This record gives sequence, C-alpha cells and structure tokens, in this order.
Amino acid sequence: MRQLIVRRLLQTIPLLFFVSIACFALVKLAPGDPVLSFVTPNMHPEDIERIRHHLGLDQPAYMQYLLWLKEMFRGNLGYSLVNHQPVAHQIIERIPATAGLMGSALLLAVLIAIPLGLAAGSQRNRWADKLINLISYIGISIPIFWLAIMLIYLFAIQLHWLPVMGMRTIGKESAMDVIKHGILPCSVLAFSFLSTYVRYIRSGTIGQLKEEYVQIQYAFGSSKRIVLFRHVMKHVLLPIITLLGMSMAELVTGAIVTETVFSWPGIGSLGMTAVKGLDYPVIMGITLLSALLLIIGNLLADILYGFADPRIKTTR
Amino acid sequence: MNRTKWRNLKNEWLSNKIGIAASVVLAILVLGAIGAFLSPNDPNALDVLGKLKPPSANHWFGTDEYGRDYFARALYGGRVSLLVGFSAMIVATIVGTVVGVVSGYFGGWLDNLLMRLLEIIMSIPSFLVMLLLSVLLKPGIVTLVIIIGLLMWMNMARIIRAETLAAKEREYVLYAKASGQGAFGIILRHILPGIVPVIIVSATNNIASAILMESSLSFLGFGIQPPNATWGSMLTSAQGHIMDAPYLALLPGALILLTVLCFNILGDILRVGLEPKLVKR
Repeated sequence: MRQLIVRRLLQTIPLLFFVSIACFALVKLAPGDPVLSFVTPNMHPEDIERIRHHLGLDQPAYMQYLLWLKEMFRGNLGYSLVNHQPVAHQIIERIPATAGLMGSALLLAVLIAIPLGLAAGSQRNRWADKLINLISYIGISIPIFWLAIMLIYLFAIQLHWLPVMGMRTIGKESAMDVIKHGILPCSVLAFSFLSTYVRYIRSGTIGQLKEEYVQIQYAFGSSKRIVLFRHVMKHVLLPIITLLGMSMAELVTGAIVTETVFSWPGIGSLGMTAVKGLDYPVIMGITLLSALLLIIGNLLADILYGFADPRIKTTR
Repeated sequence: MNRTKWRNLKNEWLSNKIGIAASVVLAILVLGAIGAFLSPNDPNALDVLGKLKPPSANHWFGTDEYGRDYFARALYGGRVSLLVGFSAMIVATIVGTVVGVVSGYFGGWLDNLLMRLLEIIMSIPSFLVMLLLSVLLKPGIVTLVIIIGLLMWMNMARIIRAETLAAKEREYVLYAKASGQGAFGIILRHILPGIVPVIIVSATNNIASAILMESSLSFLGFGIQPPNATWGSMLTSAQGHIMDAPYLALLPGALILLTVLCFNILGDILRVGLEPKLVKR
C-alpha cells in the first residue's frame, strides 16, 4: 500500500512541473504586453522600463518562469492586470461559493444515483430500467445552459418560487437566502453528474448480479434488498470513487457555464471574466489550481481505491 | 474476425428500433441543414416591424429581437453546429488514431513520451483553455473546429493504443513482420483495418461531445460571431428575452438535445454491437 502511494506521489511531481510549464507557456505565447496595463498617459518611457524591470519582464523567459515558480511556492500568484488585486486573494475569496455549490451538487448526485443505478441494474429491461436509462441519456445529452434557462423560466419567472440569479438578495444576510439561490444551479449540476454515475452503477450492478456470491446469498434466504444494498453496492461504488476523483477539477472549471448562467459569484465566473478581459495572471492561477485539484483528485482516488480493494496493489 | 465485427455492428444497428429512429432523426436534421437555403425566409433579413412575433404561418417559430425568421436561423444554425461537430470529430479522430497507433505499435520511449504528453494535456482544464484560445485566435468555423478537435483526442488515443497493443500480438501481424514488411505497411494494412470499428464507435460519441462543446462556447459568446447563428448563440439572445418571448429558448435547445441524444444513442448501440460479450442482451 505504502509503495503504491509513494510511487503515485513520485509520478505526480513531474506532471505538476510540466503542467506549470504548459500554463506559463500558454500565457507567454499570448499576444499583448502586460506592462501596458500599468501604463498611464503621463508616464515617461523610463518609468515604463522601471515597471518592466520591477515585474521581472526584462529577463529571459526561463528566468521569468523560475521567478514565477518561486513566488508561487510562497503563495503569490501575481496580480490581476485589470484591478491589480492579488490573484491568490481573489481566488480564495471565491472558493466558498464554488465549493459549496459543487460539493452539494456532487453529494446530491451520488445520493440519487446510487438507488437509481441499483434499481435500473436489478430490474434490467423492465420499465423502471428503461425510464431511468432514458433520463440518464437525456442528462448526458442536454446542454446544461439550456436546462438552466428552462428551469429559471419555470421556477423563477413563472412560479416565483426561486430567485432568478446571484447568490444573495441585496441587504439579506441569511443562510436560507443563499440556499434558495443555490437550489437551481445545484440541481442543474447534480442532474448532469448523476446521469454519468447512474450509467456506471447500472452496468456495475448488472455485472455483479451474475456473480456467484449473489446466488449464494439468495440461497441462504437473503432478500433482494439486502443483496443489493449490503453486497452489490460495495462493489458497484468503486468506480464512483474514480469518477469523484475526476470531478475534483470540475470543482473549479466545471461550473463555468452554470455559474455564468446563474451569475453565481464563484471561481467559474471569475475565470469567465478573466478570459473576456485577457487577465492572464488570473487565468493562470485558476488553470493551475484546477490542474492541481485534478491531479490530487486522481491520486486520492487511486489511493482510496487501493484501500477499498486490496487486490489493486498486486496489479500495479 | 474483422468481418464478424462489421456484421455485429450492422446487426445491432438494424435490429434496434431506437437505433433506426435515431438515424432517421439525424438524417432529417442533416437534410434540414443542407437544405437550409430552400427556406423562403432569409435568416439574416431584418424586419423592424416584425420583432419578437410569436409563431405564425409565415414564421413557423416566430421571429427574434431583430425580426429575423427563427426557423430559418435554426436551420442555418444547425448547419454550423453539425459542421463544427463533424469536422472537430474528424480532427480528433485523426490525431487520436495517429497518436494511439504510433504509441501502441512502436512502444518504448515514444510511447512513454506520447502518453506523458497526453497526461499533461488531460490535467489542464480544457474548457478554460478552449475559452482562452477562442479569444486569442480569431473566432471562426476553422479555428473553432481546430480548438475543439485538439482538446478531444486524448480518450480516443488511449482506447486505440490499447487496441493496437492487442492487435500487435496477433499472429498475422507477427507473420507480416517476419515476412519483412515495413512498419508503415503493417500498420496500414494489418492493424488499422482491425480497429476501424473501435474508431467508429468513439468517433460517434465524439461528435456528440463536440456539438455540446460548440454550443457551450457559442452560448458564452466565444464561438461563431454574429450575425451568423448557431444553436448555442441563439440561446444567448433567447436568455435575454426569457420574459417577453420565452418560446425563443425552446427550439434551439431542443435541437441540440435531440442531435446530441441521437449521436449518444447510436454510439452506445454500436458499442454493444462491437462488444457483444460485454453487454449481453
């Protein structure tokens, strides 16, 4: 087990290094001179050169990269070209909104997907299976922003049950208010996650029900419910660990579209504004954060998988 | 082996009512996109007096905020969406197949290099990169196709690499090698034909995701630029008129859903045909 963890950690380091290089190169290759955003009309050329020197932009590219890397380890991701605020600060400020939204969406998705997937898999080709299958097909095919618009129209504009957008009503500071704002974006995201999960759980259940231990359980008089929830579920949930690990990166960028439609003040909409304003340091910060989360997520998934299923370590 | 794979694919497709329905729907959508010019209404003709009109005999799906015929715009929009989806799939398929086959066949350091490269690309959040690239490069159909295509080939490359690794050990490939045939000839004549069905299946699913990506990009305003429409960008303006003309949001979204749904269903049916052992009916 320890061997597996160490090996995966060692694989992660070069990956992180190359991702950071790719990130840096992407921004370096982009057109536009970042110094220009600091320039005011009554500046002398010497001032501009001083700013350039101060930002380290007069050095060769590899030095700039090393400097950037050094600053990054000290928690400094640079400053926004638009409002000159520290990038790290801006990102941290928005983490709760996105993490709360995505966390609850993932939780909701898993909680709904498990019974649906088990039901579909155990009643294969019956009407319940067909219905659940259809729903999950729609879930992976529907444009998420269209679903969002439709739900806004129905629940916010027609029925007035829920607010149209944002995270808070101005002047109101209650948790209930935030929850009310979050219901629609959370359900939209949960729907798209759960459709994938259901498909995995369903096919896993179908496979498991053919195993011998299921027959033995039945022979000993276990009810279908016990077999499904106590035995089959354990095996079927394994792939979900991997899927959840992959969703870690989506904690940041997966919500871009949803956050934009609902004007949810999270990292996704920060990224959206940054891209529109070509605010490279912010883009770089967000890209790096989500790459980091993806890599950590995969690592955690592998390790958890190793704990959950000890057979794995012999095969790696 | 090869012929049975093909026959399985065909049988699965023809014996499945849903599969035939999906193909018919897709055929209608494609015909609609090709025949868009037959529509009596110009998709970009403005009509100041006929703004935001509800559906009528003249304008089947009403008019938008500039008085343009919504049905004609949806037809032309479908043309772009389908074209981008299909071409991006071609780009992704070519890159994915080449990388996968080369990596699987030659192995060694080349395989290592390509697979590490693939891991790096997969670790970078593609949607953000896609947004950034479409701002930096001039947004147009060609750039859109390249951007979407180049961010989609990775899964395909992995699948094809695994298939190539298996095909490489087959006896006929070993004999071909022993008979002195070059690597290029072996790949072209003996390995590729065996994995074509796999390529078709993942290409079908790739079209679905390419169309979804294109519509998300266009919806966010990063795709095809006005006055030309795609289903995604039609939804952007529809969102602004959700109060006074909610029916505008219905058609483009439903068309995207229908198209992507059909491609996903077809992809899965083909997969069942390809691996009958895995998913027995």
